Amino acid sequence: MHPQRKKRLLLILLVVVGVCVAVALALGALKQNINLFYTPTEIATGTAPLDARIRAGGMVVNGSVKRAPDSLQVTFDVSDGAEQVTIAYSGILPDLFREGQGIVAMGRLNEDRVLMADEVLAKHDEEYMPPEVAEALKRVEHMKVDGYTPSVN
Amino acid sequence: MNWSFFHKLGSPKWFHDISGRWLPWFAVAGVLLLSVGSVWGLFFAPEDYQQGNSFRIIYIHVPAAFVAQSCYMMLAVAGIVSLVWRMKLADVALKCAAPIGAWMTFVALLTGAIWGKPTWGTYWVWDARLTSMLILLFLYFGIIALGQAISNRETSAKATAVLAIVGVVNIPIIKYSVDWWNTLHQPATFKITEKPAMPVEMWLPLLLMVLGFYALFTVSLLMRMRLEVLRREHKTRWVREVLEKSS
Repeated sequence: MHPQRKKRLLLILLVVVGVCVAVALALGALKQNINLFYTPTEIATGTAPLDARIRAGGMVVNGSVKRAPDSLQVTFDVSDGAEQVTIAYSGILPDLFREGQGIVAMGRLNEDRVLMADEVLAKHDEEYMPPEVAEALKRVEHMKVDGYTPSVN
Repeated sequence: MNWSFFHKLGSPKWFHDISGRWLPWFAVAGVLLLSVGSVWGLFFAPEDYQQGNSFRIIYIHVPAAFVAQSCYMMLAVAGIVSLVWRMKLADVALKCAAPIGAWMTFVALLTGAIWGKPTWGTYWVWDARLTSMLILLFLYFGIIALGQAISNRETSAKATAVLAIVGVVNIPIIKYSVDWWNTLHQPATFKITEKPAMPVEMWLPLLLMVLGFYALFTVSLLMRMRLEVLRREHKTRWVREVLEKSS
């Protein structure tokens, strides 16, 4: 390669590396601000602030959804596998909301570390499948729970 | 290594000849892929067990997002070639591809917002994936505006090339934003090392759409570049000959 071109190419590579390092440092410093939500573990260990509006994200725990009979008030627990946080919300939940679904709720923590949410968003996962497949998977899952192994045909 | 292909690329006349021969093939492939892919994806692919029919927006959203990011990487490569080898055709490619990339980014953002309302419950949320994609749109705007603001062709080529190269840092951030941070946007369904988290009757039409979008991108890029080459070289003899032949 022509020496002048080589010099220009090296200069460009240096600039790109420099920009990468600068951006990596900036993103590293802003890590907590870029995260959309706090996990239940972070809330339980006190990483999440008590006096600010925060978002909490996790899976809705099976059997934890309690609806008030006469209002839209609903409480449920979200979990990240290790810790749980209770969320209270009054309003219409997104279509995808149900037990076992990932959600993100925005609101303030009260003294009992219950998140008083004013917005609940459903988080979709990367799995896509037709309804029949989902149905079949569920059946297999139930059989396993019942201690019955489906015969292979 | 044989560099004659690379050096030939620097000749506008050679580019105009060869792209004229490629163009019909890409156009036919694009029309076929997009029509088969969209009919298959929108009418015949099974609906999703959670999202129902609204998942079908994936057949526009994902291809547009793919092309938007690939297009930016192409801009960066064109920028390097234009700065290091001072190849004018690279600058033509950079200038002509930027608006297409901007439109693709816009389509990806728009379809994402339309899908987000029924699925997530909101049109927009400032999570890392959505924000970095918005930054990509602004980078495209910046490149377009910078190119048009500077009237001196050489200075404008240098400035846009530098911006395109520096902005490429954003591409890995978009790609890995869903892994590095907690985001509302789901992680990638398609990974190189794993089986897709989607059955074949869903991803096959998506693959056709992705290829179709790339063909569409190539067709519109070549058409824009051919026009721009003719405009820039309008004083040369070969352009006059081309124009006389076509009129």
